[in-house]
Amino acid sequence: MSRDAALVGRASFDVERIREDFPILKAQAHGRPIVYLDNAATAQKPQAVIDAVSRYYAQDNANVHRGVHWLSEQATRAYEEARDRVQQFINAADRREVIFVRGTTEAINLVAQTYGRTHMRAGDEVLISGMEHHSNIVPWQILCEMTGARLRVVPINDDGELLLDEFERLLNPRTRLVAITWVSNALGTVNPIRRIIETAHAWKVPVLVDAAQAAPHLAIDVQALGCDFCAFSGHKLYGPTGIGVLYGKADLLEAMPPYQGGGDMIRSVTFEKTVYNSLPYKFEAGTPHIAGVIGLGTAIDYVNHVGLEALAVHEQELLLGATEALRRIPEVRLIGTAQEKIGVISFVIDGVHPHDVGTVLDREGVAIRTGHHCAQPVMARFGIPATCRASFAFYNTKDDVDVLVRAIGKVLEVFAHV
Amino acid sequence: MSELDELYQEVIIDHSRRPKNFGTLEGANRKAEGNNPLCGDQITVYLHLDQDVIRDIRFEGSGCALSKASASMMTASVKTKTRTEVKQLFEQFHGMITGEQGDGRDPSALGKLAVFSGVREFPLRVKCVSLPWHTLRASLDGTGQPVSTEEGFTEAPKEERAA
Repeated sequence: MSRDAALVGRASFDVERIREDFPILKAQAHGRPIVYLDNAATAQKPQAVIDAVSRYYAQDNANVHRGVHWLSEQATRAYEEARDRVQQFINAADRREVIFVRGTTEAINLVAQTYGRTHMRAGDEVLISGMEHHSNIVPWQILCEMTGARLRVVPINDDGELLLDEFERLLNPRTRLVAITWVSNALGTVNPIRRIIETAHAWKVPVLVDAAQAAPHLAIDVQALGCDFCAFSGHKLYGPTGIGVLYGKADLLEAMPPYQGGGDMIRSVTFEKTVYNSLPYKFEAGTPHIAGVIGLGTAIDYVNHVGLEALAVHEQELLLGATEALRRIPEVRLIGTAQEKIGVISFVIDGVHPHDVGTVLDREGVAIRTGHHCAQPVMARFGIPATCRASFAFYNTKDDVDVLVRAIGKVLEVFAHV
Repeated sequence: MSELDELYQEVIIDHSRRPKNFGTLEGANRKAEGNNPLCGDQITVYLHLDQDVIRDIRFEGSGCALSKASASMMTASVKTKTRTEVKQLFEQFHGMITGEQGDGRDPSALGKLAVFSGVREFPLRVKCVSLPWHTLRASLDGTGQPVSTEEGFTEAPKEERAA
């Protein structure tokens, strides 16, 4: 296939060659090369993904599942082929278990408003962790408000690790669902997700895994994990924005009511009665983000080509190198020092607000995230309003880490003159 | 001087580290809260308003160097001023930090506040500097409603809105 032709021919991990695939990495900010360390917010896109989206609009654009004409057939095939790629990527047992949504946020809201509303009564409990992104907190709060259920939270320790004893203690006969992140977006902590799922299942409690931060770094095998739901976003996985995936076990999805009503999610409609479509279409009302789905499929091809194992090794080297370098700066304090970490290094600098750090770093060409990272309870846990967060992708280099360290030196310089 | 040095001038960092009029105000008859949900900056402004004149003003809260320094210098510059004078000062100040200064205005009229002119090169940071002023205005208006950088900052610069 011509699409893959550009991708073949790399035997080993060569970061400089990989960087060639990402046009934005040649860009400049304030006259300096961009050092992009905000990958946990969104990843950059390889040319293959940009081309796939553009080719779809240029050559195949039509609505899916509707027309009998040639273009619609092309679009439908590309759309459904991408579903197959996602299925393989997460090793789902059945392609019907792959639902396309706008992103992780929509996936979690979908589960809360369908599975949640039909399974939750007053006094029931939803169990989350103290390191969740707002998108895995607020949908459950809304659900609790509607049903009278109660939100319970597994605390974390000073290193940003989940307290497993507390998790086990909090599970009880009223627990109806565990919703937990695999990797923390604010701290980089990797949770022992298998053990969490096994423990919850021992109580016959289903588990939703927020894999938004895990998907770009870890191999997802939903069957091996045994998770009941799994959510991730395309744009953090080098794909387009506005597209994401909800995986759900077929029997659970079958029993759930639809999330939204509209076209494509129905089998027949009369004013008296509507029969819903089968999976996965029951949950894909309206014209979907076809270009996004196709782009996501290509992104998965690209990630597979780079190789999840190779990229994990490279990213781990970057994280360890950055951690070591930042530890050598006395004014820097790391937030999130879990044994198991991936992709993210969060820190604060004595006497300098993260927002000011971000501005100085930006002028040095370094893009990091500063703020609460949509995880205000995590900030509260550590008694800080915000952190600086550098997050890595496989196209980052050791030079990027060096530039970050030098730019932090510049911050100290700017704020030392009083 | 680089844009960065112009932004973080010594006097700004000094005010951020040792803010003037920091803390609660006993006997305050006006109070307003402001926050910037994007970066978590929070500020509370306390006023002792006598008729139309600000007799005393203090603030507390947490935020970046720019918001703290701005609050500190604001409190120092509005004490003993009337409501109308403060409103005029804010208009002029806002024009300076957004780079939308009207013609024929003399920036030197802003006095020490002119030190914030460098922020116009940093559109994403304008809100940090304007938050204390919006909060002060809310306390003068006495609405009792907290102000937020994400609501009602209608005069935000174009770049800021685009961002």
